[in-house]
Amino acid sequence: MISFISQPWPWYVSGLAIAVIMTILIFFGKSFGFSANLSTICSMMGAGKKVSFFSFDWKKEQWNLWFLVGSVVGGFIAVHWLQSPEPMRLSAATVTDLQKLNIPFDGRLEPASIFNWEFLTTWRGIILFLVGGFLIGFGTRYAGGCTSGHAISGLSNLQLPSLIAVIGFFIGGLIVTHLLFPVIFK
Amino acid sequence: MKAIKYILAGIVFGIIMTKSEAVSWYRIQEMFRFQSFFMYGIMGSAVVPGILVVALIKRFKFRDITGTPIYFPDKDKHWKKYLFGGTIFGLGWALTGACPGPLFVLLGCGYGVMLLVIAGALLGTFTYGIFRDRLPQ
Repeated sequence: MISFISQPWPWYVSGLAIAVIMTILIFFGKSFGFSANLSTICSMMGAGKKVSFFSFDWKKEQWNLWFLVGSVVGGFIAVHWLQSPEPMRLSAATVTDLQKLNIPFDGRLEPASIFNWEFLTTWRGIILFLVGGFLIGFGTRYAGGCTSGHAISGLSNLQLPSLIAVIGFFIGGLIVTHLLFPVIFK
Repeated sequence: MKAIKYILAGIVFGIIMTKSEAVSWYRIQEMFRFQSFFMYGIMGSAVVPGILVVALIKRFKFRDITGTPIYFPDKDKHWKKYLFGGTIFGLGWALTGACPGPLFVLLGCGYGVMLLVIAGALLGTFTYGIFRDRLPQ
């Protein structure tokens, strides 16, 4: 069983598994949407006293925080016991493109040249991680959801607003990838 | 004890996100460069069964485990916030290579640097809360 799970997953297995998680949450009486946790945490930390947007009963959203805690544990379990020894199969074209940006493909999940504390202290690191994080938090709340809430739950419910949001995700992603990265990593 | 089932669902989600490689910065780059079907395959094979599940639940009026009828609220129709908010999130998604779920999954994977991204995301959410009423909705 463990070795079965540990091999690299084909995309359709992953996709189907995500649909199963969404279905389980629906039958728990909840709606699959991860970014709502960011508001809940703000509310939990007392942001409601200053900004009315966060003055709601965060305890009602506790279930999602437990889901968040589980997801951290899941990540830990996956890298410690369910990891395949094979390097990731990234497309050759992407490897070449990233090489031009001086980001070598090292076969791991995340580029070691970027995901380290030293990189965080550079201006590139601040833009990628701190500014990137800020845009994630601001954008998901503005759009009322992220990949799980719009691309998965929203599209499954055939919501046009979710399709508009997903188009937005790609406009932003394409701007960064094709216009900003060549400047940042020059 | 109610928490247990959500923690378990979260654990499965974290494993799926890691094993699917959807948490990978490289995979997100590959996706935004249209150089592989991989991420599109994941999303498509999640959404197609998802559409079927939602349609079946609506058709047969299924109830959740507490016996409450399952209801799917429609998103409100203003398009500006979805387009502008979505675009802003997309910028962050490509920069960090992570969407909100993977931010936390990657922490579990041992990438402590995600703490800075999470701090940024909380700050961004808080900032949105401040300026909400002044933004086009």
